[in-house]
Amino acid sequence: MFAYILRRLWQMVPTLFGVMLLLFILFHWVGGDPSYILAGKSFSAETLANIRHQLGLDQSLPAQFLIFARQVLTLDFGISWSTQQPVAEILASRIGPSLTLALPMLLVSLLLSVIIAAIVAYVRGSLTDRIVTLICTLAMSVSALVYIIAGQYWLAHKLGWFPILGWSDSLATNLWRYIPLPLLLGLVVSLAPDIRFYRSCFIEEMGHDYVRTARAKGLSERAIMLKHVMRNALIPVVTSLMMSLPYLFLGALLLERFFGIPGMGNEVLNAVDRSDFPVIKAITIYVALATMLFNLLADIVYKLIDPRVQLK
Amino acid sequence: MTQATPLLSVRDLRVNFRLENGEHFQALKGISFDIAANCTVALVGESGSGKSVTAMAIMRLLPDHHTAIAPGSDILFEGRNLLAADRRSLRALRGREIAMIFQDPMSSLNPVFTVGDQIIETLMLHTGMRRKAARQRAIALLQEVGLPEPGRKVDAYPHQLSGGQQQRVMIAMAIACEPKLLIADEPTTALDVTIQQQILQLLAQLQKKHGMAVLFITHDLGLVGEFADEVIVMRHGEIREHGPLQQVFSQPQDAYTKALLNCRPRLDSRPARLAVIDDFLQDRPYQVPPQRTRGYAPGDDIVLDVQGLCKSFESREGLFGKHVFHAVKDVSFQLARGKTLGIVGESGSGKTTVGLTLMRLHQASAGRALFNGQDILAMSPREFHACKRRIQIIFQNPYASLNPRFTVEEILLEPMALHGIGHDHAERKQLAAALLERVGLPRRALQKYPHEFSGGQRQRIAIARCLTMKPNVLICDESVSALDVSVQAQVLNLLQDLQDECGLSYLFISHDLSVVKHISDQVMVMQQGQVVEQANADTLYANPQHPYTRQLLSAIPQGWPHQEG
Repeated sequence: MFAYILRRLWQMVPTLFGVMLLLFILFHWVGGDPSYILAGKSFSAETLANIRHQLGLDQSLPAQFLIFARQVLTLDFGISWSTQQPVAEILASRIGPSLTLALPMLLVSLLLSVIIAAIVAYVRGSLTDRIVTLICTLAMSVSALVYIIAGQYWLAHKLGWFPILGWSDSLATNLWRYIPLPLLLGLVVSLAPDIRFYRSCFIEEMGHDYVRTARAKGLSERAIMLKHVMRNALIPVVTSLMMSLPYLFLGALLLERFFGIPGMGNEVLNAVDRSDFPVIKAITIYVALATMLFNLLADIVYKLIDPRVQLK
Repeated sequence: MTQATPLLSVRDLRVNFRLENGEHFQALKGISFDIAANCTVALVGESGSGKSVTAMAIMRLLPDHHTAIAPGSDILFEGRNLLAADRRSLRALRGREIAMIFQDPMSSLNPVFTVGDQIIETLMLHTGMRRKAARQRAIALLQEVGLPEPGRKVDAYPHQLSGGQQQRVMIAMAIACEPKLLIADEPTTALDVTIQQQILQLLAQLQKKHGMAVLFITHDLGLVGEFADEVIVMRHGEIREHGPLQQVFSQPQDAYTKALLNCRPRLDSRPARLAVIDDFLQDRPYQVPPQRTRGYAPGDDIVLDVQGLCKSFESREGLFGKHVFHAVKDVSFQLARGKTLGIVGESGSGKTTVGLTLMRLHQASAGRALFNGQDILAMSPREFHACKRRIQIIFQNPYASLNPRFTVEEILLEPMALHGIGHDHAERKQLAAALLERVGLPRRALQKYPHEFSGGQRQRIAIARCLTMKPNVLICDESVSALDVSVQAQVLNLLQDLQDECGLSYLFISHDLSVVKHISDQVMVMQQGQVVEQANADTLYANPQHPYTRQLLSAIPQGWPHQEG
């Protein structure tokens, strides 16, 4: 196990190098000359040269790549071009609000979708199953934007059940006041595809021979479902869950934007708006790292629930 | 009948299945039989005969929503009508009074729980034992079914055990609560011949020791001769014959029973053509065809000359370590034109790896394979492409080896187009239709998909697919092992006819020694990657030299001891 983890970590080095190279090339060729952006409207040849020198843009490409590599290795991406704050500080302050929304959403969505999926799989073919499938299909066909706008208009503006948008410094106020509506809308969007996917996982497992063996033992349908089927069906569920974890850090772009939540998603959009290269670079690298680490974690968790998996 | 009141009494059982298209299918058409306590009854029939449906009906495990058990049917267990029993009492019965073991132990065990857990679960459910006591009992049960190191294996997961060991675990689970009736549904079909014999002996021994009744379900009449008390022969949802073992074997009344008894290849006789069911269902009596002599002759033309073939697999171990597994070690043999070389051995003996390496589906680690004088293992991929179609393979599982999304026409035409056989589509289609007819399928089968065919028909399609490429060598990798004995005879006859007609050479890989004896000229016995014995078929079977060969031969089910020749 230990050897496996070490080997996997070692394999991340070339992957990260590839991501860095790609990012560097993209910024160099497509990003344009950042000194124009930084200098703003009143630039002279002298300020431009000055800025170029500060950013190291007057150096050779390999030297510039080395500067970038040093930034990645020290995880110090300098200061934001738009706010002049250190990038690390900005990101640290954004991660909290993002997780305040994303974590409860992940947990509630997982719990609800697994339970509902197990129930409809158990009564598959019945009216309940068909109605749930129909609702899921309908729900999936409507754009997330529609839910957000309709939710804000009806539930917040007309009925006044929730604030339309906003954020405070207190976690309790946020959880109590500002999170419920985006959470609810986020669930409406994410539940439908999850229920359909998990339902098919359960149904596939229920057709296996070991279920017949469990029945032949005299176990009740409930015990079969909760013990034998559940653990097997959780294998694909956990896989898809682990794949989605890196996105926790990216935050929910649309929800954060519409509800004024100062999270990572909002920050990404702002950074793109303002061509804030250091912030974009930092976030890209962090997401790449998180993806690699969570993939490793996924494989380890996979091993824990499925003894057949061999980590090689 | 050994007792006045039978343990289980099935009366006029009729089961209908509602099919997807709304039609009804009569799976059981009113069958009646009794099982006395402490008695072994064998239920024999082909796929689709309704034998497994009978077992599932007794356990009340048929899916409710598309099964209808006709009124008037009765299943009485110790006088209680199981068809009228509520769910609760059925659950109390299953696993405690009536237990069941299934064909494929690997898929019948839950892969994510230890085998101990799965036995303990049954014990705790029915006997009210505490976990600790149940664990001790589970270890004792594993010991009783002959699992080595039961104290350690109790914590093993199913995939860590061999097929035979898994089936022992299933048996331990079934006998955990001392059931009065054990239903064994094809318990040995997925196992090697030596393991099969061990499991049969274990079942017979446990039956005596615990005084259970056993309902033994199989497609192979040859298996039951050694331990059944009574035999029931089923076909198309009806009982064709029912009687004491001796009577069914020595004086079979029904033509179908006679057919089943005759279609299994035997060690002491090699008819030019195996008997098939239809031979017996016709009006005229069955004529035993003349015997065929087999064996390599001195002047035989050698098509494939394999010298010192080795194949090893590497896997990683630890941080830098490597583990090398030698699957095939220094295997040499010669395959003559128009003859068959049989390769026998148990799972893991390397026999399949030999076939796949010759197809270059595995890269050989060492050795040469001279095909018409050229070493196919040393060829570049480009050079090999021309030879590729000359060596073809038919796999074991006809359900998995045909692409389910292709019609038969696409299956047959694809390799022809790939190898430039036939000028245009029309000519290829003509060829494909002709080949289908040759393997005994109608021309209209071209438009159908694999799932519309039975196992035997699919294997015919697989054979036709190989024939499209006009091969010289056909590798049959357990090609008839998944088939019922009766269908197996038909496919073996077809292979024989094709060999006689086209001069094909077969590399016939199988764990079934009777089948290999029937079809092979030369036989090679493999164990743990090595050839332990190689000789002309008749010589090898008459006078086995290696102890392992003798062990394999002694494991063949002998049928009824006094069966006539």
